[in-house]
Amino acid sequence: MRGRSSLGAGRVRAYAPRMDAIRVHDLTKRYRETLAVDAISFAVAPGQTVGLLGGNGAGKTTTIALLLGLLIPTAGSIHVLGHDMARDRFAALARMNFSSPYVALPARISVRENLRVYGHLYNVPRLEARIGELAAELDLTEFLDRPAGQLSAGQKTRVALAKSLINRPDVLLLDEPTASLDPDSADLVRGWLERYRAESGCAILLASHNMAEVERLCTQVLMLKKGRIVDRGSPDELLARYGREDLEEVFLDIARNRRQAEPVA
Amino acid sequence: MTAALRRVWGLMYRHLALYRRSWPRLLELAYWPVLQMCIWGFTATFLAQRMGDAAIAAGLLLGGVLLWEVALRSQMGVAISFLEELWSRNLGHVFVSPLRPWEMVAALIGMSVIRLVIGVAPAIALAWALYAFNLFALGPVLVLFFANLMVMGWWVALGVVALILRHGAGAEALAWSVLFGLTPISAVFYPVAVLPVWVQPLALALPAAHVFEGMRAILLHGTLPWPHLAAAIGLNAAWMGAAILVFARQFRAARERGALLNVGE
Repeated sequence: MRGRSSLGAGRVRAYAPRMDAIRVHDLTKRYRETLAVDAISFAVAPGQTVGLLGGNGAGKTTTIALLLGLLIPTAGSIHVLGHDMARDRFAALARMNFSSPYVALPARISVRENLRVYGHLYNVPRLEARIGELAAELDLTEFLDRPAGQLSAGQKTRVALAKSLINRPDVLLLDEPTASLDPDSADLVRGWLERYRAESGCAILLASHNMAEVERLCTQVLMLKKGRIVDRGSPDELLARYGREDLEEVFLDIARNRRQAEPVA
Repeated sequence: MTAALRRVWGLMYRHLALYRRSWPRLLELAYWPVLQMCIWGFTATFLAQRMGDAAIAAGLLLGGVLLWEVALRSQMGVAISFLEELWSRNLGHVFVSPLRPWEMVAALIGMSVIRLVIGVAPAIALAWALYAFNLFALGPVLVLFFANLMVMGWWVALGVVALILRHGAGAEALAWSVLFGLTPISAVFYPVAVLPVWVQPLALALPAAHVFEGMRAILLHGTLPWPHLAAAIGLNAAWMGAAILVFARQFRAARERGALLNVGE
């Protein structure tokens, strides 16, 4: 890993360090007959990375969409950086960001233009300097003036990461950030995320199917199934509780109802 | 620049960058207005040879074509700019940024004005060069005609965007067709009195009909049509209020249904 980077450079925390960056209470989302998220509660502290683990349809993406204000909850509350998302979501959104391989950036404009667009939307000061810092840190300098649509999957992921860091967010929501990446590119992305969190104290909520990624990045893991949190703990705690060697086995135990966790003392 | 203005500029910059890189898009802006002007210009020339007063015949037809293009281009400018976001699957990023929905609408309106100038200015110049028709001879009141038709285009587009939020990409054809559908009752080329009696109230409920009655009053009688202008302004205010209400309700409904996650599908 490199020395001190500029990923989180210039960031000034604007909230009490002891306050949870994300606090979710009894969050529920129902679509007619379908209960997508069922009364979940959790908190993410500054500097913590919390993983959302679960199979397809477990409610991971819905939870992230609720946190971002893309969805209105059926019940429950969300506070991000002290702001009630039901009343004051734009104040929180200015200090959050989001990345997902399933939400594209405009393909026909250049990487630099894309970053300028989001720099303006997030009111980033000294925008050109910030774009230069991110490009240097994420090895994007040579692609800055190429249309985003002409990049490889790995390069696009780095651009999406640069977009998600453009405003030096206090809260970062990531939906499968390394999906479709080769192991080398995925490892680099994880390294950048670790470094950004360490340097900035950002809170990260990560939805992923990649167990190795969750084990490496996350301090806490929420196991989701059918919209409910069925278990939670640090990766080590979960491994010990299920008597398994890796999180993939824990995931399969929960997904297939193969084995119950040992009672917590 | 305030943060709000910067966010509006950010979204406009995204579209301007797109046009800078896409000459077919730029060409398309002027293509239809110029084509319409050619067709109706020659039609007017033919009719003028059969009728007594060539100048008035040409004025009524070409003035109608040019002013109706203002409404059409203004409506398409908003609706197609929104569709560009949908086509590039970028709406997810836009809606989780601090950009307020009304700032998005302001940016789309800004783009509509730019597209209108690029699209209609060549047609106005062509009408003067080929058919010696000077639209500006209508006098300073032309500013009010333009303004009313632009505003009508915006509220129609806001309704179209609301329908796209409600019905997804299935409603996108309305971006091109909806205002064409109103042409027969907008009294563009003939007075409202020509319409069947039961259709006339529908026509008079549209600001465009009053603008075109006003245009004819100037060209045929040389009188300034203040009652028609007052009616157009009042109707625009009422329709715009209704369109804002519909858009706001559909935006909230889309957040409740989760439609913002897959509005392009």
